[in-house]
Amino acid sequence: MSALGFIVRRIGAAILSLFAMSILVFLIIRLVPGDPVRTMLGFRATDENVARLQHELGLDQPMLSQYMSWIAGLFRGDLGQDIVSHAPLSELLLQRLPVTLELAGLSMTLAVLFGVPLGVLAASGGPWSKRLTEGFVVLGISIPDFWLGIMLVLVFSGILVVLPPTGYVPFAQSPLENLRYMALPVLTLAIGEAAYVLRTTRGAVINVMGRPFVTFLRAKGISPRRILFGHALRNAGPSIVTVVGIQVGVLLGGAIIVETLFALPGVGRLVVTGINQRNYPVVQVGVLAIATIFIVVSLITDLIVGWLDPRVADGMMQ
Amino acid sequence: MTAMLSLERLSVSFAGEAGPSIVVDDVSLTLEKGEIFGLVGESGSGKSTIANAVMGLLPASATTSGRIQLNGRETTGLDENDLRNLRGREMSMVFQDATTSLDPTWSVGEQIAETLRAHQSLSRGAARARTMSLMHEVGIPNAAQRYRDPPHRFSGGQRQRIVIAAAIANEPKLLIADEPTTALDVTIQAQILELINGLRHQHGTSVLLITHDLGVVSETCDRVAVMHRGRILETGPTRDVFGNPSHPYTRALMAANPAWSRRGSRLPVVPREWSIEEVRHD
Repeated sequence: MSALGFIVRRIGAAILSLFAMSILVFLIIRLVPGDPVRTMLGFRATDENVARLQHELGLDQPMLSQYMSWIAGLFRGDLGQDIVSHAPLSELLLQRLPVTLELAGLSMTLAVLFGVPLGVLAASGGPWSKRLTEGFVVLGISIPDFWLGIMLVLVFSGILVVLPPTGYVPFAQSPLENLRYMALPVLTLAIGEAAYVLRTTRGAVINVMGRPFVTFLRAKGISPRRILFGHALRNAGPSIVTVVGIQVGVLLGGAIIVETLFALPGVGRLVVTGINQRNYPVVQVGVLAIATIFIVVSLITDLIVGWLDPRVADGMMQ
Repeated sequence: MTAMLSLERLSVSFAGEAGPSIVVDDVSLTLEKGEIFGLVGESGSGKSTIANAVMGLLPASATTSGRIQLNGRETTGLDENDLRNLRGREMSMVFQDATTSLDPTWSVGEQIAETLRAHQSLSRGAARARTMSLMHEVGIPNAAQRYRDPPHRFSGGQRQRIVIAAAIANEPKLLIADEPTTALDVTIQAQILELINGLRHQHGTSVLLITHDLGVVSETCDRVAVMHRGRILETGPTRDVFGNPSHPYTRALMAANPAWSRRGSRLPVVPREWSIEEVRHD
């Protein structure tokens, strides 16, 4: 019963965030100094042309009605039009979103698959495992994505010539080729993320291992392996999941750089191109999509944390 | 008849910055089968260190000498695996704060069942059934409905009952209770002591009860040892030790107990020469 209440509360909060975020995305474009239409058309545009484009985009209407018609469009699945190519944005997004989702999803999966076990090892192992993981954490966190990406291209495409440096093949067309093209971008993002996940896991597990209930578990004769994986990791779970959720946001930001670097046709690159072309409906939809992913991931994160730690679901801790 | 637990010249010291500090100094005592033995003394007198030494739970920085025998079997030289097999099966321990003794993310039933399955080859269902009867035995009503509840949905007293249920799940012959009632209010304290006393009567469990509360000792313990600065100053049947204390420290400790001092008079404190803090910095 209380679990259901918790889920309903969290979903309600996510819907509120989506609503607030849609207002923010809508306003940012319009509050930026300068008229977007004049910026798009250039300084030699005639007043007539400016007025025509403003009317075409609905910018001559009051803000509130602009916002209402935009939101109403979103609910119908009509995201507006690309003002350069005049293609419907919903189609564009449908092409671009899977690329970004695949990139972010694979990177985070890889980061968790390596970061969590190594973090547990670092928390429970001897001094050598601590030193090794510490080195990896420092490197992984401090190396910037764009430099790491270039170095990986240099090694795997330039010297070893085993992976393509740039380009993209849709998964549906050829799954194997798709993964070959995704390997370097995914690795670029995953290494830094794995370092964060490792550090969080190590800290959380060390913290839990010092708590009194671990002494009681030992006094009951529970095996060290079970204490570590059954109890310590479960208790560390909420911290790890929370950090993973937050890092998905960082990852989506990193995706903009990595997609540009590796010429992947994802949402990040869509936004960058949109900004360069002053194609503001595209920017608006791209930012909206990325922010929506982040809010949905945060919601899922909260629900998992509530499931892992019953105190959270009972509203005892936030 | 062999004693349940016997300590022979047990000493424990910890490595510190200013050289090793001796926390338990040449302690010998025996705990008979089915007996409740009280170990009293102030904080820092070494009571809990003795408990941890018996359980094999001392940190690596501790150095131990002397002998510990559990039911006639020497446990001092045992490796971690053998000790783990004894813990929770032959000997168990209950700690002061039940609110932190349980894993907050596991249901209470699972935590009791886990102890059963760590030492016995029981099916999930059998462990569950046994857990529910244990919960019933320690006085948790509606065990079947509450099996899946996490610890925070129970009161402090109930949590200590659950901790005790987990500790005695495999019917250990020795139960060490380290200040089991200190964190509880007085009425709950009495109930928990009654529960521990009941275990002794029903299962013949020997209990080493560690406390600084002389009232608790006089109500529940058959025999008592008074500890001070790592040494046992006086030991004997509870009635004799408290009825006719031979050691001045025991008298000072008793005089400082509000329950036993005269109403309206100023409550004495343990004299300076017995203060642990004072003597430590000699």
